[in-house]
Amino acid sequence: MDFSFSEQQDELRRAARRFLQSESSEARVRSAMETEQGYDSRVWEQLSEELAWTALTIPEAYDGLGMSYLDLHPVMEEMGRALLCSPFFATICLGANVLLVGGNEAQKEQHLSAIAAGKTTATLAYAEKGRENGADAIRATYEHAGDGYVLRGDKRYVIDGHTADLIFVAARSEHSRGIEGVSVFAVPANTRGVTRTWTPSMDQTRKLAAITLDRVVVPAGALIGEEGRGWELCERTLDLARIALAAEQVGAAEMCLDMSVEYAKVRKQFGRPIGSFQAIKHKCADMLTMVESARSAAFYASAVAGQGEVDLGEVASSAKAFCSDTFFHCAAENIQIHGGIGFTWEHPAHLYLKRAKASEVLLGEPSFHRERVAMRMGL
Amino acid sequence: MELQLNEAERAFQRAARAWLEEQLNGPYKDLQGRGASGDQDSYIEERIAWGKAMGAAGWNCIGWPKEFGGRGCSIKEEAIFNEEYVRANGPGNVGHIGETLLGPTLIHFGSPEQQQRFLPPIVSGDEIWCQGYSEPGAGSDLANVQTKATLAGDEWIIEGQKIWTSGAQYSDWCFVLCRTDPEAPKHRGISYILVPMKQDGIEVRPIKQMGGSAEFAEVFFDGAKAQKDHVVGGVNNGWKVAMGTLAFERGASTLGQQYLFKQEFEQVVEAAKKSGAAKDPIIRQRLAHAWIGLKVMRVNALRMLEHQGADLNREALISKLYWSNWHRDLGKLAMDILGPEAEILHGAPYELTRMQKWYLFARADTIYAGSNQIQRNIIGERGLGLPKEPR
Repeated sequence: MDFSFSEQQDELRRAARRFLQSESSEARVRSAMETEQGYDSRVWEQLSEELAWTALTIPEAYDGLGMSYLDLHPVMEEMGRALLCSPFFATICLGANVLLVGGNEAQKEQHLSAIAAGKTTATLAYAEKGRENGADAIRATYEHAGDGYVLRGDKRYVIDGHTADLIFVAARSEHSRGIEGVSVFAVPANTRGVTRTWTPSMDQTRKLAAITLDRVVVPAGALIGEEGRGWELCERTLDLARIALAAEQVGAAEMCLDMSVEYAKVRKQFGRPIGSFQAIKHKCADMLTMVESARSAAFYASAVAGQGEVDLGEVASSAKAFCSDTFFHCAAENIQIHGGIGFTWEHPAHLYLKRAKASEVLLGEPSFHRERVAMRMGL
Repeated sequence: MELQLNEAERAFQRAARAWLEEQLNGPYKDLQGRGASGDQDSYIEERIAWGKAMGAAGWNCIGWPKEFGGRGCSIKEEAIFNEEYVRANGPGNVGHIGETLLGPTLIHFGSPEQQQRFLPPIVSGDEIWCQGYSEPGAGSDLANVQTKATLAGDEWIIEGQKIWTSGAQYSDWCFVLCRTDPEAPKHRGISYILVPMKQDGIEVRPIKQMGGSAEFAEVFFDGAKAQKDHVVGGVNNGWKVAMGTLAFERGASTLGQQYLFKQEFEQVVEAAKKSGAAKDPIIRQRLAHAWIGLKVMRVNALRMLEHQGADLNREALISKLYWSNWHRDLGKLAMDILGPEAEILHGAPYELTRMQKWYLFARADTIYAGSNQIQRNIIGERGLGLPKEPR
């Protein structure tokens, strides 16, 4: 494994930064986050059609570019840096990954080309009300009905669930428990019995929804992977998403550091820039130390994501725990370094603090992931 | 998670491993694992002999250019050798100050005569060096050195005191920062002088540390003499030379160090399983956190090693702060895991267990070679371009 980004990956990063500086400027973020949809459709078209980000990790057989998960990493970092409001994460890192991990040929053909082209947005609905992150989070049920299935339940915290075209739903057979009996179904959003409600959230830059499934009937072909083996599929998908989220956290954390350093160089108190005071300088030094280390954690996870022989759970949880801690730390320090202006609505620092906490508790908070690592250490 | 090696690098690795295994299971068997943190004053004679054996076999100073007696190895090869060295349980290397600090400084700033006189015995392991930087009044504020050197004929006469000098007890030479122009601004009146240790004007007093061992010493200069032409980089130019020395640290030792950390970590995990602490959810969190931290340290190092040629990069800047904090925290975790048993010594009067030794010595990790506070200044100023402290 090479331990540095390739020239091509660096170029992807530069292109992403150029694009996002104009299309995801602070003003554009603020206007997108105030809408219920939560993103600018025009930007979504540009990034899928012109930049082909939605096609990056989709295999060439389905009109994608067939690039690696590590190629996605710099793009994720830049999206985090710019706090891009977009259904990209839900569609690619959750939705497309469900199909790539567990979909059969027909399902991939049916959906992946449209996802690669940006025509279909998707998401994964697995969590339900509460703080469970493992298979116990799944309480929605399915039962056989004729050739198909009937789904019932209440999903929460579904990323972009109110706007996604295609929802992958994790449900369990009645009376099953734990990792047994879980299956995943592809449910078009307009299926009868699906009610989708935006749940306004503290972090306005990524939208969450509640999805109610009231006797939702889906055909046999909606089942992804093997019946009853859906937890494995969920877990691998979630791990891939956690790795992408970790990369996003690195980029956002670095932006917090850059904002702090910039401010510390120009803001003067007691007749000198506050960055010349060790109290401020040392905070920035700690932030850099954490950011570069978090980048190592996420980089390694992205690099091994495509390799079957490594325990994806351990690297994903390691990266998610470390990068969550880093982003939150940097976002909080950024506010402290900015002083009064840092906790106003007007200044962007709060947008990062809010995204930091939201992504920290999304897909498992750090203590969940550390416990998962502890299990894998044989403790 | 390994370095990517090409065929030549793998061959190099095999050769290093074979030689180390043969020697450390043969003639130098007793030295396995000796002279580590907290044990640095043990087996000195034998470790000096070991340094000479390494030199004779061509394993000292492998990263130096060939014209100076090295092998021109890449930093990757140096890292490979270091890792093999630790894997083979090689003893603390008494020659490392000469190899990693004085040698590169002479290669960069020394005169041809100085290079010819001093470099070969470092490569052969015949001369051991120590560093005369810190003083009671010049720790983090290194430029405040007060040890004075005055020219008298063909010799410098040196008066003053150094402190925290590792290995002063057995070193042949010391590179000493001396004030040679008391009138000049403090950074401009310093010279970097090479001083023989075995002379009447020098007295070495070992400093017993909290663990009971003495790897550091105080060095008193009372009319000590040095040759006039043994000033490196010119008279009153010593600050620049000393700062240059810092930049030669390429991080080749990181992989070997991490191998050691991993061994220590595994001992802590074993202790946790044995004591039942591994069932405690908070201990589990801390152990997982430490394990994640160790793996991140390794990727940091591998990224740094692949980032060659560039100026001191961010991964290199954060290295010391990161590992020293990690190591200190591991020591504390180890003691918390042992519970009351943590207190019980190996024996009287003050014989520490291995874990107790590195727990205590780790308190020094965040202080020597640039304290955490100084590291943060360096990261802030060089890595982030923040304005300097008013001086």
